Amino acid sequence: MNRLASSFEENANPRIIPFMMTGDPHLEVTVELIIELGRAGVTAIELGVPFSDPTADGPVIQAASERALHQQITCYDVLQVGKAVRDRGCNTPLILFSYLNPLLQYGLQKLLQDASEIGFDGLIIPDLPYEESSEIRELCMQYGIPLILFVAPTTKQRIEQIVKESQGFVYCVSSLGTTGIRSQFAPEIASFLQTVKEKSPLPVAVGFGVATPKHVAYFSQYVDAVIVGSALVQLIHEKRESLLDLDKRSYALQDIIKFVKELRK
Amino acid sequence: MSTYAHDRFGKFGGRYVAETLMNAVLELEQAFLEAIQDPSFQEDLRKLYVHYSGRPTPLTFAKRLTEYAGGAQIYLKREDLNHTGAHKINNTLGQALLAKRMGKKKLIAETGAGQHGVATATVAALLDMQCHIYMGEEDIKRQQLNVFRMELLGAKVIPVTTGSRTLKDATNEALRQWVAQVEDTFYLMGTVTGPHPYPQMVKYFQRIIGDEAEAQLKERVGRLPNDVVACVGGGSNAMGIFTAFLEETTVRLHGVEAGGKGLHTDEHAATLSKGSPGVLHGTYTYVIQDEYGQIQVAHSISAGLDYPGVGPEHAYLKDSKRVKYTAVTDKEALEAVSLLCRYEGILPALESAHAVAEAIKLARKRTKEEIILVCLSGRGDKDVETIRAYKGEKK
Repeated sequence: MNRLASSFEENANPRIIPFMMTGDPHLEVTVELIIELGRAGVTAIELGVPFSDPTADGPVIQAASERALHQQITCYDVLQVGKAVRDRGCNTPLILFSYLNPLLQYGLQKLLQDASEIGFDGLIIPDLPYEESSEIRELCMQYGIPLILFVAPTTKQRIEQIVKESQGFVYCVSSLGTTGIRSQFAPEIASFLQTVKEKSPLPVAVGFGVATPKHVAYFSQYVDAVIVGSALVQLIHEKRESLLDLDKRSYALQDIIKFVKELRK
Repeated sequence: MSTYAHDRFGKFGGRYVAETLMNAVLELEQAFLEAIQDPSFQEDLRKLYVHYSGRPTPLTFAKRLTEYAGGAQIYLKREDLNHTGAHKINNTLGQALLAKRMGKKKLIAETGAGQHGVATATVAALLDMQCHIYMGEEDIKRQQLNVFRMELLGAKVIPVTTGSRTLKDATNEALRQWVAQVEDTFYLMGTVTGPHPYPQMVKYFQRIIGDEAEAQLKERVGRLPNDVVACVGGGSNAMGIFTAFLEETTVRLHGVEAGGKGLHTDEHAATLSKGSPGVLHGTYTYVIQDEYGQIQVAHSISAGLDYPGVGPEHAYLKDSKRVKYTAVTDKEALEAVSLLCRYEGILPALESAHAVAEAIKLARKRTKEEIILVCLSGRGDKDVETIRAYKGEKK
């Protein structure tokens, strides 16, 4: 069994999958955050590659992407962060999260080869719908990197096909719109999640807007994991000054870990 | 990339959108294919073209400009004489009729120069639909007149303050808003790019430019042109005029990109000349990007050409060498504005002036018997401030 599947087995619900923008506020901080989050028992970590045109993202992750680009973070750096944490013995599943274009320019084959050698455990491409995914899915299988596919409330009759072809887990989009903290969710979401859960042979995770322990408790009734992106990215940004200050870093890290741990309460 | 299919032009095209939008683009494709088979849809569209937009647009022989260039005869397809002043209305009428037919209540669109925004706001008023236009803050500054026009027409213009604050970022924001309101909202894309079926659909609604021009030329001079010239930003007027001639192998086709301050600088919008294949705004095409796949800021004096991507069919036509893509600088385009004003009494849009500049260069290399057909895609009233500012700087 691979690391991602084992992690789903070993951890109990509520399982948390945090998303971070790599290099925001600094590559070193990202490395520390991954290690601490791993110790805190998250199920997997999504590591974002910044992109100039993140059309699936709301203001918080757009801004994080811009900050990372400002520091010239590239696909290569994200892979190197993975290598750094693996070298330090971190065994938490790592999922590379990137829009398609930076991956195409890196070279898909090279990317998967490098990701597999370093020890990445999954790939998420928000602008690659199922219909465009066959070639990349094949490559992913060849290198043993699961390609995680999305289903959304608008997916309708295509759910069945997508959950069959997804690997690792199925990424359920909680609601229409881009990523970003939401205060509430449409009541229809429960039946949508139940449908996906019934049809999916894989674990199901829900993301987009999940920000509070209440959200986590609610979604954990229906699915196997929740993905927390903007809320965490926002918190990391708020603590950037302490995170960048070696004297204050460990306190800031503790605050962030506390936030993630509390999500599970 | 997946296997070549109906949603591709060779290896280019596809639909690289968020899963949330997939159902919408699939429904749109279905609705579009049904609509164009329906004679009543075609008749409604034809009536709007004729009685509302003023089609067919004239074909003008540019006699004095031809004499000035001293070579081939230059004919202008006068899309500037459409209602709202550019070819953009051909597409917005078609898509808005389709939106209405699909039961959508709200139109959203991106705009660069504001021409597509005005054309969308216009059809929204005509067909009683709500309309939100996303426009980069930088473009809002450059094109204040068009912003005011859109507001007069009842549209809400939403400034986009992310990234380069131009068309690229306006398109990002329109896509994001579409994801949020996909159930009752129709995204009226302004050019032949975006996810399938937009490139094919926009081309379908624009091909009337070339179909008319071909018939008009045959009637006037009894033959096909030797060269067809159009400017290319996203590439809708160019696809519009090229499509009628794609199978006519004797007709040379020329797409003219914005060379900005020159192709030797970083300040241009010559996506096909200087870019490389990548994915932007839902399609695999040529884009201006760095080695890490980050999309770069395009530059042109013309807000309508200032886009670091291009329609995927143009990418295909470039690689298959059916169309020759060249670039004209800001300076050359401005000279062409003056020439067309002085010799023909026509103030062209800065976008269209790129095509005029290339046509003059070409005409000089051709014999007097040859014919060059130019797509004069829009009128230049919106650019008067920009032109005046530039001329002021030069003094």
